[in-house]
Amino acid sequence: MATALRRGRTWWAGSVLGRHLLVALLGLVVVVVVLESASDFRNLQLASMAYLGIAAGGLTVLTGLNGQISLGHGALMAIGAYTTALLLDDRDAGTPLPLVVLAAVAVTLLVGAVVGAAAARLHGPYLAGATLALAVAVPGIALYFKEQLGGEQGLRVVLPDIPTWVLDLAFFVTGQDLTRSRYVACLAWLTLIVTFVLLANLSRTRVGRRWRAVRDDEVAAELAGIRLGRARVSAFVVSAAAAGAAGAMMAITVRLAAPSGFTITLSLTLLTAVVLGGLGSLGGALLGAALLTFLPQVVTDLGVDAGLSDIQAAELAPLVYGLVMVVVVLVAPAGLVGTARTALLRRRLQRAGTGTSTSTSTDTAAPTSTSTTSKGTTT
Amino acid sequence: MRILCARTKVVPVTARGAARSAALSEVRLPPSTSAPGPPALELRGITVTFGGITALSDVDLAVTPGTVHGVIGPNGAGKTTLFNVACGFVVPERGAISRRGDRLERLHPHDLAGLGMARTLQGLGLFDRVTVLENVLVGADRHARTGFLGSLLGLPRAAREERELRERATDVLDRLEIGAYAARYPASLPYPVRKRVALARALAAEPDLLLLDEPASGLGAADMDELGDLVRGLVSDRAMSVMLVEHHMDLVMRVCDEITVLDFGRRIAHGTPDEVRHDPAVLAAYLGEEVD
Repeated sequence: MATALRRGRTWWAGSVLGRHLLVALLGLVVVVVVLESASDFRNLQLASMAYLGIAAGGLTVLTGLNGQISLGHGALMAIGAYTTALLLDDRDAGTPLPLVVLAAVAVTLLVGAVVGAAAARLHGPYLAGATLALAVAVPGIALYFKEQLGGEQGLRVVLPDIPTWVLDLAFFVTGQDLTRSRYVACLAWLTLIVTFVLLANLSRTRVGRRWRAVRDDEVAAELAGIRLGRARVSAFVVSAAAAGAAGAMMAITVRLAAPSGFTITLSLTLLTAVVLGGLGSLGGALLGAALLTFLPQVVTDLGVDAGLSDIQAAELAPLVYGLVMVVVVLVAPAGLVGTARTALLRRRLQRAGTGTSTSTSTDTAAPTSTSTTSKGTTT
Repeated sequence: MRILCARTKVVPVTARGAARSAALSEVRLPPSTSAPGPPALELRGITVTFGGITALSDVDLAVTPGTVHGVIGPNGAGKTTLFNVACGFVVPERGAISRRGDRLERLHPHDLAGLGMARTLQGLGLFDRVTVLENVLVGADRHARTGFLGSLLGLPRAAREERELRERATDVLDRLEIGAYAARYPASLPYPVRKRVALARALAAEPDLLLLDEPASGLGAADMDELGDLVRGLVSDRAMSVMLVEHHMDLVMRVCDEITVLDFGRRIAHGTPDEVRHDPAVLAAYLGEEVD
């Protein structure tokens, strides 16, 4: 592997950004094709998968790469969503959508910096407790400031008209008119792709390496010249920024920012998505978000087909999700993507081992090293 | 940069002429031909107490540039505490730490890399969930200049630097003959190899002062011999200074130029291996007082 990296190959494969952009471009093509062929309802579902994916991506970076646990990401999403709602309160608000999203990210980032500075001093269960407090407190703020934040009803989000050049472009590319749900889904997925490219860049270069070092051994990381506090705060801030973007996308998808959307359940759900997919893996985060979005509906449909009443079928969904969770943790403790990657690595090592010297093949114990991924959540 | 500054400062003192001083700033001279400058690391009058127990009392130690300085002593003598003082993990109650003549007021562990110092840990402290290569890359981190934005946007400059770092890390691995393990995870490797990975990580920073905390523990006789040669090689080929804490007397006697002996937190002897070997205080500390 090292030698392959050293050779440099072609420019796009050699540079981190090039590789990520290539994947992003492929992803974009797939997204456009899928969104085009999907119904309005499916488009909204896909949009919600996208915003959950963005938030889970941010969380998997924090928990998987830096070893910090956060039960407060739902609250950070709420901050992004409320910022969006305040900026898009009526049709002639006039702020361009990209600016709204950036503002939502910036505000969440600031909150993340404050929380992260506190979080950098905490470990494991204490950190979980502190972020849990955030998850409980933020919806309370919305209830307290009824006048400004709409109380229990929340704030309506008015999506500005689709710019004509976007309509023209969509018609030119796909040959059909762009519906509002499709527009929203496109926006959400575009945000997801941009966020994931940025997160992947960080993960693959110096910043991500420092995060991992701090996660694995604080003393050794410090001796290598890494400031522990700074590394932790930066991971938290990045993660919070992603949650802010996710919140903005959620606001324009559901066209509402209300406390009931950002309960503690949302935070926990995000964490389960990340664990299901595999800590530290962006692909895993996306897979987790997909399971979160589609599994309940698939299960409910199956239940109805099997002759259950609607209510019974709906009750089946959380049960199955819980069971899937338990099975994954038991069978594939490194998460779905994590475990697949381990298996792949083991096979590659075995093949390399038989090819080269015997000493490398005898102590091929890759599973012991990679399966430890599962226990790193709390440190 | 720092190294050059310190060296050029020394030149007028050694008074070898202006032409020589220009050459000096370019080329590192082997330590034997130039006068030894200020100590690579100097600890003076170090006193550390832990809740009423005196771990170190008034200990002096100076690592001469380009030499191996051993710290030995029976269990509980304060060797590791002294090491931790040198690394900023323990703040001494009294005493001063200087690096090449510059007093270090408050030393933090994260300053070490920037000061050209690297330390290995007794417990290795490898990053278990990243590959061997990545471990060494973290060690080389002090050579990296990419900021957060460069990393975030994956700028070409960041990518180029990443390649340079990888080359540097791979070179260190090859030099320690563990290049074959670059893509492996530390936990899957035998202990002596892991030990080398830890050393490679420290060397990747290209320090000029290396602090080795029990580098031979857990090694067999053959590995220990190789380690000894390696340490001597670092000093002779790379003009490094080494400070090491070690239990294996034969290794210490073979490798060190100077030895400081601690017992109950005090320095009881100091000198060349031969001097220390025959010092009555050292014999007493290790073997007990002679009884008539």
